[in-house]
Amino acid sequence: MSKPEDLEKGSKLPQPTAWKSNEMLKRVKGRYRSEGRFKAMGFAAICAAIIALVLLVGSIFLTGIAGFSQTYVKLDIYFDPAVLEEIQTSSGEDLENAFISANYAKLTQDSLRKLFPEVKSRREVFRLFQFVSPGSRTQLQNIVREDPGVIGKTQSLWILAADDVDMFVKGKISRNVAQSDRKVSDLQIGWIDSLSADGRLVKRFNWRFFSSGDSREPELAGIWGATVGSFYTLLVTLIVAFPIGVLAAIYLEEFAPQNKITDIIEVNINNLAAVPSIVFGLLGLAIFLNVFQFPRSAPVVGGLTLALMTLPTIIIAARAAIKAVPPSIRDAATGLGASPNQVVFHHVLPLSMPGIMTGTIIGMAQALGETAPLLMIGMVAFVVDIPQGIFDASTALPVQIFLWADSPERAFVEKTSAAIIVLLAFLVTMNGLAIWLRQKFERRW
Amino acid sequence: MNIQAADTNITTDREPKMQARRVNVFYGDTHALKDVNLDIYADEVTALIGPSGCGKSTFLRCLNRMNDTVASCRVKGVMTLDNEDIYSKQVDVVQLRARVGMVFQKPNPFPKSIYDNVAYGPRIHGLARKGDELDEIVFTSLQKAGLWDEVKDRLDTSGTALSGGQQQRLCIARAIAVNPEVILMDEPCSALDPIATAKIEELIDELKGHYAIVIVTHSMQQAARVSQKTAFFHLGNLVEYGDTVEIFTNPQEPKTKDYITGRYG
Repeated sequence: MSKPEDLEKGSKLPQPTAWKSNEMLKRVKGRYRSEGRFKAMGFAAICAAIIALVLLVGSIFLTGIAGFSQTYVKLDIYFDPAVLEEIQTSSGEDLENAFISANYAKLTQDSLRKLFPEVKSRREVFRLFQFVSPGSRTQLQNIVREDPGVIGKTQSLWILAADDVDMFVKGKISRNVAQSDRKVSDLQIGWIDSLSADGRLVKRFNWRFFSSGDSREPELAGIWGATVGSFYTLLVTLIVAFPIGVLAAIYLEEFAPQNKITDIIEVNINNLAAVPSIVFGLLGLAIFLNVFQFPRSAPVVGGLTLALMTLPTIIIAARAAIKAVPPSIRDAATGLGASPNQVVFHHVLPLSMPGIMTGTIIGMAQALGETAPLLMIGMVAFVVDIPQGIFDASTALPVQIFLWADSPERAFVEKTSAAIIVLLAFLVTMNGLAIWLRQKFERRW
Repeated sequence: MNIQAADTNITTDREPKMQARRVNVFYGDTHALKDVNLDIYADEVTALIGPSGCGKSTFLRCLNRMNDTVASCRVKGVMTLDNEDIYSKQVDVVQLRARVGMVFQKPNPFPKSIYDNVAYGPRIHGLARKGDELDEIVFTSLQKAGLWDEVKDRLDTSGTALSGGQQQRLCIARAIAVNPEVILMDEPCSALDPIATAKIEELIDELKGHYAIVIVTHSMQQAARVSQKTAFFHLGNLVEYGDTVEIFTNPQEPKTKDYITGRYG
């Protein structure tokens, strides 16, 4: 309490501040200026970030969009009984062999020769035969298998064109370049032009890209194998990392005594989140492959390795979410006679679940985009088959991108970008889901 | 001595519901409560008053061992409920808290439906065998808390959607639902407007016949209005304890007199 004497002691009352003086006005102006400068810098930073993003995504999109279409050529295929004789004559196991070993290439070759009867020299004929993709053999085989009655008849079919033809049709190979410098010769360009004029060349949506595994032929290569591999890998990651991460977070937040050891564990979890991912890959190689002798290149190993990497992310996110549950809720439950376990599992965990889910999804998205650890445990192999389970050899989406980016064929460039678009779509979806979850379940106390 | 002061002022020969003898509480190195002796009687409201930081809330939280959740807190001395030491190893703290319920300063309903809020306690203690029994408990608890008429049509809306005063009465209903013997209230009206406060005070008056109630309050008027016994705490000491009428009309200690006349605090 201030007493009257105190006031009298400070008899020299301060002068009223001169708010209108020049000095003050200068201060005000300076304040506005610095504020304006800061705003401009912030705006510039945002602009730079947006431009970088647009350039990145834009360039990938422009290259990748072509990867979603593929060139087909219309050929009149005569299912020559002479070529397919064995199929007609054999039965049982022999029939199966006959289906596989029949010379389907001859059918397309005959058809091509009929289209261009003027091609005579061996070299040119060889070139002509390269016009269609080797994948056409499987296509014809399937048709014959489905209906052997087709033998002896002629069918007009859209056959997958070879990647060089596809590249030329898409304009990736310019006809203005000297012949010696391009993969498509003048002769081939002549054929392409003539087929185009006949309406025998068409670009179609590339369903095969979404349904098949990897291939050495760009026109046959697809991402389904890598997508399934990624799915199995993430499944293992989720099953391992989510329960362990959440339980660890609950224990640390709600039950662990506050002492030196808990502090050390806490610091180490934070450090673990900063460890480069390739180190986790080496760890996976050393432990899962060398010690436990798990199969190489398998999603189970990739998943376990990525789980190690994702654990700290989940633990940190879960701890933050658990911490955000107000103590008053814990008090309320404790005050009613709920045991610590009941407090956690009836109240704290359900209330923090949206936050935990958000963190988990972001951790999963990180794991989905991770390449380096998978290289270390051998998920970088050339795998054609679609993996059927977590123990089958497989690749993952980012590794597939890495592999294709390494391939020499021109047509893999657009496949790489197309695969990146698919991967980005997955990541955006997952992050969008995380944001949606956060907003839907966000609570304010 | 305070002990004598506390003992001599009591003018009853009834058996106390809860007793505190030479209770000392430490938070780390801080000595928060010093040698407190206090009796709490059933069918009565005991008010704990005193300036902030005097230890009245600490004392309250010792009565149902809520202080156990504070790692640095140590409690010494004897506290009994029906002559049984509540800090002994034989006592299950979960059951103790069911017998000694608590209402907090800030209304803290669970973010669940009104029904689930009230039904939570009976559910975890297995007090209701069938759904009908649970319905009955929820109905009586809400009615006792004077909230039934306001919420009977929306039992499945969230408890957090109610107004502050309604939330606090919901919290009281929730505490009543486990059928406690003692209800502790930690400044239950400090976050409420005067009208909601009046309703809670009315409610406390109605409840006092069924439960022993201990209420911490900053409002001396409130203590005078609702309580039969008042304890005045200062700097961790129980300065004076006695019938509310006595404390407010004829305080024995000069400190008590200063506080209730608004000289400090």
